[in-house]
Amino acid sequence: MSTTAEGPSFEQPGHFEFTAENLERANAHIAKYPTGRQASAVLPLLYIAQEQSGGWLPRAAMDHVAGLLEMAPIRVYEVATFYTMFNLRPIGRYLLQACTTTPCWLRGSDAVVEACERKLGIGLGGTTADGLFTLVEVECLGACVNAPILQINDDFYEDLDGPTTEALLDAFRGGKPPVPGSVIGRQGSEPVTGCTTLLEPSEDPSIRHSREGGESRASGVRSGSPGAPLPRG
Amino acid sequence: MPKLTIDGSEVEVPAGYTILQACEHAGIEVAHFCYHERLAIAGNCRMCLVEVEKSPKPIASCAMPATDGMVVLTGSAKAVKARKGVMEFLLINHPLDCPICDQGGECDLQDQAMAYGFDRGRFEENKRAVRDKDFGPLVETHMNRCIHCTRCIRFLTEIAGVQELGATGRGEDMEITTYIERALGSELSANIIDLCPVGALTSKPYAFVARPWELAKTESIDVTDAVGSNIRVDSRGPQVLRVLPRANEAVNEEWISDKTRYAIDGLVRRRLDRPYIGRERKREAEWSEAIELIAERLKRVPGERIAAIAGDLCDAEAMFALKEFFTGLGAASFDCRQDGAKLDPRCRAGYLFGTMIAGIENADACLLIGTNPRWEAPLVNARLRKRYLRGGFRIAAIGPALDLTFQVEMLGNDGNVLNAMTADHRWATVLRKAKNPMIVIGQGALSRADGARVLGTARRIAESCGLIRDDWNGFNILHDAAARVGGLDLSFVPGPRGLDTSGIVAACKSGAIEVLYLLGADEIDTSDLGAAFVIYQGHHGDRGAGRADVILPGAAYTEKDGTYVNTEGRVQMARRAVFPPGEAREDWKIIRALSGASGRPLPFEELRGLRRQMWEKHPILAQADVVTRAAWGPFGEAGPVDAGPFEYPITDFYRTDPISRASPTMARCSELFVNGRQQAPARTGTDG
Amino acid sequence: MLADKDRIFTNLYGRDDWRLAGAQRRGDWDGTKELILKGRDWIVEQIKESGLRGRGGAGFPTGLKWSFMPKESDRPTYLCVNADESEPGTCKDRDILRNDPHKLIEGCLLASAGMGVHTCYIYIRGEFYNEAKRLQAAIDESYDAGLIGEDACGSGWDFELYLHRGAGAYICGEETGLLESLEGRKGQPRLKPPFPAQVGLYGCPTTVNNVETIAVVPTILRRGAAWFAAIGRPRNTGTKIYCLSGHVNTPCNVEEAMSISLRELIERHGGGVRGGWDNLLGVIPGGSSVPVIPKSICETVLMDFDSLVAVQSGLGTAAVIVMDKSTDIVKAIARLSKFYKHESCGQCTPCREGAGWVWRVMERMVEGNASVAEIDMLLDVSHEIEGHTICALADGAMWPVQGLIRHFRPEMEKRIAEYRQAAARQRQAA
Repeated sequence: MSTTAEGPSFEQPGHFEFTAENLERANAHIAKYPTGRQASAVLPLLYIAQEQSGGWLPRAAMDHVAGLLEMAPIRVYEVATFYTMFNLRPIGRYLLQACTTTPCWLRGSDAVVEACERKLGIGLGGTTADGLFTLVEVECLGACVNAPILQINDDFYEDLDGPTTEALLDAFRGGKPPVPGSVIGRQGSEPVTGCTTLLEPSEDPSIRHSREGGESRASGVRSGSPGAPLPRG
Repeated sequence: MPKLTIDGSEVEVPAGYTILQACEHAGIEVAHFCYHERLAIAGNCRMCLVEVEKSPKPIASCAMPATDGMVVLTGSAKAVKARKGVMEFLLINHPLDCPICDQGGECDLQDQAMAYGFDRGRFEENKRAVRDKDFGPLVETHMNRCIHCTRCIRFLTEIAGVQELGATGRGEDMEITTYIERALGSELSANIIDLCPVGALTSKPYAFVARPWELAKTESIDVTDAVGSNIRVDSRGPQVLRVLPRANEAVNEEWISDKTRYAIDGLVRRRLDRPYIGRERKREAEWSEAIELIAERLKRVPGERIAAIAGDLCDAEAMFALKEFFTGLGAASFDCRQDGAKLDPRCRAGYLFGTMIAGIENADACLLIGTNPRWEAPLVNARLRKRYLRGGFRIAAIGPALDLTFQVEMLGNDGNVLNAMTADHRWATVLRKAKNPMIVIGQGALSRADGARVLGTARRIAESCGLIRDDWNGFNILHDAAARVGGLDLSFVPGPRGLDTSGIVAACKSGAIEVLYLLGADEIDTSDLGAAFVIYQGHHGDRGAGRADVILPGAAYTEKDGTYVNTEGRVQMARRAVFPPGEAREDWKIIRALSGASGRPLPFEELRGLRRQMWEKHPILAQADVVTRAAWGPFGEAGPVDAGPFEYPITDFYRTDPISRASPTMARCSELFVNGRQQAPARTGTDG
Repeated sequence: MLADKDRIFTNLYGRDDWRLAGAQRRGDWDGTKELILKGRDWIVEQIKESGLRGRGGAGFPTGLKWSFMPKESDRPTYLCVNADESEPGTCKDRDILRNDPHKLIEGCLLASAGMGVHTCYIYIRGEFYNEAKRLQAAIDESYDAGLIGEDACGSGWDFELYLHRGAGAYICGEETGLLESLEGRKGQPRLKPPFPAQVGLYGCPTTVNNVETIAVVPTILRRGAAWFAAIGRPRNTGTKIYCLSGHVNTPCNVEEAMSISLRELIERHGGGVRGGWDNLLGVIPGGSSVPVIPKSICETVLMDFDSLVAVQSGLGTAAVIVMDKSTDIVKAIARLSKFYKHESCGQCTPCREGAGWVWRVMERMVEGNASVAEIDMLLDVSHEIEGHTICALADGAMWPVQGLIRHFRPEMEKRIAEYRQAAARQRQAA
């Protein structure tokens, strides 16, 4: 989110330690890397620490991770402040990450941000008084053909506009987060009006090495249109 | 050996050289900020861009290996344009506060801006503001000026071995910081001030004190430990204002410890600037009166009842003069080993750091015996770390827990561990199997009651583990006092029937010694010297002066020409930068005057004459800056070492001698790092 | 137009089962063992012959890159797959990761066998949380089925595959930034030389490839290099996933032949430009890092490496960002300047200092609060940044600005004039 602890003051917990379960998860990550290269696990461990701390990364948690990985604490601070997905101050329960980079902006990300601001009464970087939402601006989320995108915690909500954003926030506030993905019924990245490719049920000609028993023929993908898409306003 | 063409001339350079090194080899200077020959290559400032034929982009010369057939253009339009661009970027967010910047006049950015800067700026936006950091009592920060070259981070991480400084954030928000505000916990921390190419890191004690062009610069030698770091003493008028390192590959490379750099504010405090007379109630006196009083006393006392102890900061000339004078009076009780270390003056090889400091880089196994090099000789410690980082260097220690800047295997804190080294200890095998093994014995081990046997045992280890060969000397005594080796070379030790330090102190108490001459000796126990008449000659009102009957004000190391011999046996000359304050005089002159008043004038009237005689009697001291290998021979005592723990000689790195004890800056460091407001030395990264 | 039978990513839209069973139905993991047993040299040779060029943006010939890996190594060697898809406009790898993960996994195995590698890390951007979950599930399935792990597919080749999540840093998509990040540090790109093929992950020989590059490998090996090479034009062969975003009627990802014309791509798959072709202002044809091209060029240009370079742009990641005439083109590019300023790692002076400078000037250009001379200054500054840094982020940050000035300078000048007029009017009124 941001680097240092600018802004209103907040309390840093004095102590942090992984729960037994999280320690096990941490060790599973460490095991992915060669002996002596445990520092490679710093990102996954910081994720676990952030998760355990309720969505943000207290200093004590960074120190704990440094200790586990035998890294100098400053090296962990460097990492935690370099990557934007670590929150160094407490955030709301739902972190609204509005992509406003050009592809989203071209498709109306301003309306998404405005809807969030209007609906929640906060600006970018702000947290609602009830601690439910924090709104931040993020850079390209990598789902540009489904722009504009709002990432809420781990999930992408796609093909938004002002009204659908407001409806989305209502759903969250009502405790019923909708299924992530396109809000206009697209299944994936296909054209909203239906596929222009992958229409023919095709035998996969890539299969040259027929195995014994002649298994594994390509089934071919079915053609047809996805669920009736909503026309964009 | 690649051959390349630089600016039209063909140059042949050693393999592995970078283009930048090749350019320097060819006498062509390439501007740079982040590159530093002793630090890992960062390649981030981009100031050293040069044009290389067939390369579409300019190349960072600091990071690119020079290869055969390369055609390099350092001054082409493309290269200069690139560098001018970099300069412009460095300046856009740099405050143009040179008039109030301590770096002014010795600033790389200022200098390079003369060559590559525009005469006006094109940057119309607001400059970036960066909060200053608190790095402790030594290093002042002005982070707006930082150009993010990361030299400071690399120095602390690589050379000082403390991972405390980093760059947080990214892009234009990147900041050099400890993140959690804390003082830099390294004895070498202030070297980052020298490394900083701009005025972002400046000297806190020296803040706004002087401009470089106002300073007289004197090349000299440091005395705060026995390394003999080469320094430059900058002074204005009567006062030493700062100390900077001078490069000497063999000794301190180009670093100095924080004590070397900052103890100097102790030079103007608690100074003895005129003679005093009186034991309990001291009164100011004239030189003539003080000299007369001593001369009279000496005339009445037979030679065997007088003694002299030389302190840790003494120059060889003063010790030589005193030794000559007192020997002439029939004295035999001399000692330069205030700590009672059982150094054996019979064999020079037995009291030197035989591997030599630079030689550490050729060692492959090292056993530390009762020594904490990080505090006793930070630059020896830095050299051990340097060797450690290259890999294939095992280090173990016998003694209390250590926090060094590299990995050390602790073998236990017991004399019996040392005994086992002459037998079947597994580390004896390590030493034996090593190509170039070394052992380092600290003064803590030698000042034990059984110090002579510690020394003898160390000799047996050296002999039995192959440390002493024609092509290798792995036997090392690590001294912590600048005067010690010089004193031993001058035989400032008990003569026949003479007493050593503890003997002298006891004899003062018993009355067997009636006159005791303390030449800058502040580290002995003066609490009970009986009725002895004590003369203290020195520069600070420290422990020795307190008990004195007569105080003769001498000169500190910055105030006299003097010879010092470092722990390796390297003879080096300190030079006078300023005059001694008030009535204080150069030390050998005081002794010469005293000898005259006593009716036994020393046969020299000037320093040259003194030195000629000193060199005649001790030819080793005539060979400045050269270390000749000392012949191996018997030293120490036979017999096993007692069980029982070792102790390190230094309990407070920042306050080890009269100068540093008088220094407010060192007091602040001590309070912070030693007496625990901040836990230090910091936990070190020993992963390399 | 590419025929469906020549499409590699047959589950691009996720309408079929992404799991192993579905993947196998679609032809993945078919005869993998035999392909491995044909040997290392055969694999590399096939990839070379196919003409496959890296799909991550730079377009380096993949087979050639693989051949840089040492034949013998006493140290471990690594394949790192770059799934740090973060280039604005680009979202093709996301579809592979979530809908065709087995193509990628099988590709990792085959590529590794081709390079003598036993360990592979996939570095996925942190924001792709759900994609990472799915990919991990697919990896787990593959292990369980014996497709990877010890004696992968019964081929005798041992192969370990790990997933590593990033945490929000565009620069980790730069190959050496990725390696730094994977080693647990800030993703600051490394100096080259040494190149990763000599000194890469953990100091060992390493190849870094894009997701799409690796994911097409199994199909190339199965259908033959000649098949792949026959699609597109020489030096620009094969199929490619294009991302159509911005002002098209139907934004989408689509796998098409290399060298398809931009206009056909937009009209056939993107449903045309919003408001019709004549409403087109310009296109950023290869992700945010390549220069924008105006409509006049869009008429004829082909979507491949060589054609786009010829018009002073680039294929990049083949992410086509379309802008119609309603677009504030200066603002669109200024937003990209902000992106690069935000993503600069901070290492190199020109990028750290220059990216922010350029962005701030661009913001003023959006208002017109600048002088015409500053357009030239901006161009000059962009050239002082470009090519003077360790990695190519700075180049990519400057090309959009250069493209803007190249093609839309009159718009910038007009805005400056308008701002001045407005200011003058205000002064008069006051």
